[in-house]
Amino acid sequence: MSVATRTSLDVENIRKQFPVLHQKVNGRDLVYFDNAATNQKPDAVINSLVDYYSNYNANIHRGIHTLAEKATKAYEQTRALAKEFINAASEQEIIFVRGVTEAINLVAASYGKAFIREGDEIIISGLEHHSNIVPWQFVCQDRKAVLKVINVKDNGELDLEQFKTLISSKTKLVAVNHASNSLGTINPIKQIIDLAHANHAVVLIDGAQAGAHLPIDVQALNCDFYCLSSHKMFGPTGTGILYGKKNLMELMPPYQGGGEMIKSVSFEKTTYNDLPYKFEAGTPNIADVIAFGKAIEFINSIGKEAIAAHEHELLVYATERIKTLPHVRVIGEAKEKVGVLSFSIDGIHPFDIGQMLDARGIAVRTGHHCTEPLMERLGVEGTVRASFSVYNTKQEVDQFIEGLDRIIKFLK
Amino acid sequence: MSKSITDIQQEIIQEFSLLDGDMEMTVFYIMELGQKLPAMNEANKTEDNVVKGCQSKVWLAAKLENDNVYFEADSNTAITKGLVSLLVRIFNGQSPEAILNADLSFMQKIGMERFIGTQRSNGFAAMIKQMKLYALAFKTKQDVKS
Ligand SMILES: Cc1ncc(COP(=O)(O)O)c(C=O)c1O
Repeated sequence: MSVATRTSLDVENIRKQFPVLHQKVNGRDLVYFDNAATNQKPDAVINSLVDYYSNYNANIHRGIHTLAEKATKAYEQTRALAKEFINAASEQEIIFVRGVTEAINLVAASYGKAFIREGDEIIISGLEHHSNIVPWQFVCQDRKAVLKVINVKDNGELDLEQFKTLISSKTKLVAVNHASNSLGTINPIKQIIDLAHANHAVVLIDGAQAGAHLPIDVQALNCDFYCLSSHKMFGPTGTGILYGKKNLMELMPPYQGGGEMIKSVSFEKTTYNDLPYKFEAGTPNIADVIAFGKAIEFINSIGKEAIAAHEHELLVYATERIKTLPHVRVIGEAKEKVGVLSFSIDGIHPFDIGQMLDARGIAVRTGHHCTEPLMERLGVEGTVRASFSVYNTKQEVDQFIEGLDRIIKFLK
Repeated sequence: MSKSITDIQQEIIQEFSLLDGDMEMTVFYIMELGQKLPAMNEANKTEDNVVKGCQSKVWLAAKLENDNVYFEADSNTAITKGLVSLLVRIFNGQSPEAILNADLSFMQKIGMERFIGTQRSNGFAAMIKQMKLYALAFKTKQDVKS
């Protein structure tokens, strides 16, 4: 790893870089614990957007003028950073997309069209976000393929033994998340990838919840596709990455047609551009991609290990403290978790908890977290989810616990 | 003669003004009001009586007694129940006509939108609409009789 490992963070200094954190909500200091939905943006990212539009806004790749050149360089710089960030073999393997949702839809549509046949099987897991369920349902409907699901155990871990019984020569593709947005479970993706490859199936990893938290090395993992959303990695909304192995993506048909993705166009025959441009039709989201590069640099400047260690400390502390409260049930107690704490309080609806916490300036998520099948499996309508980031503190956890304590005392 | 819809709204505005705009106190107060809402007859908590369009589950039933409308309601979330209790308090014992013509200005005066949010406000609108629909149905019945 090129990034220096540090054991403790200067959280105060980090917080200073996030303007949004310094405000009152409903009369109290904002406590932002909805990081799994989207995390906040540091000055470097915000300033980069302003800088782009103020100083070198231009369409990229085609222009020969100075601004176009500058914008193209900055845009491609993010691709270089992204390649390093996930240790891809080549920049040609980095496709800019709108986010994880579009990345998965791209693979489902393009790979599905080229390689999925009637009777083939696609395996997903019971922990998946709707984004990693619905596109595969489209493919299965379209190709008359069959969708199979890896079971979730009571503690929120995947049942690998059952996975071994699902996978067979019929399996063409396995799509699972690196970490669960609802429960925080970190999945044994290396094992899943190896098992799938032993059966000649390709593997897509939904890395939405890993991007800002876990080390990612796509070559070591040997995954075929890996998806990231910028907005969950301190970057802007509206951009993200699809990583795909070059030899695979060369065999896949384009997803959308338009400018940028072509070599030459005539009414008789159009030839497509090389990777990565083949999959980047139209004027891309230039400003946000450039700012996404600043977000990657921000993560690198702190180091993933240091971030993960800090968030883990908050998770352990919050979990210990919440368990001292009466009527609270922690939902999802996998051995390996990212900083996501899902819970319910007996007899109190998650909406009420969310709204009462908001009244004290504490932002959490309530509901099914776009994982309805998982909620059904766990027998809950929804949960309250607190999710931590590098700028959160133990003191904020204390405020959160105090808020919950008041709610329980009031309603019980 | 019971209090008019306008009088009750005035009372509510008065009560909420005592909370001084403090969000937490307001939310607790709303939940307290919900806790005081008379229990709904379990038999009336049918699928038919679920108000469509609410994020949380809300049941609403109505009956006409001595030419006045009486509502029964419940919700699976405490805050919604409190909000619903305000409507029940305003409309209970009123004539169908008065309910149909009611202008619920209290909502804006107590800054309702601050604590119902965009998700809940749709549900709240659905709730009011449903109450007015009941009133309309009762009024139509009355008109037919007379
Ligand atoms: C695990 C997981 N997958 C996919 C997504 C979808 O990401 P996006 O909405 O950025 O496309 C999310 C976002 O909530 C997520 O947490």
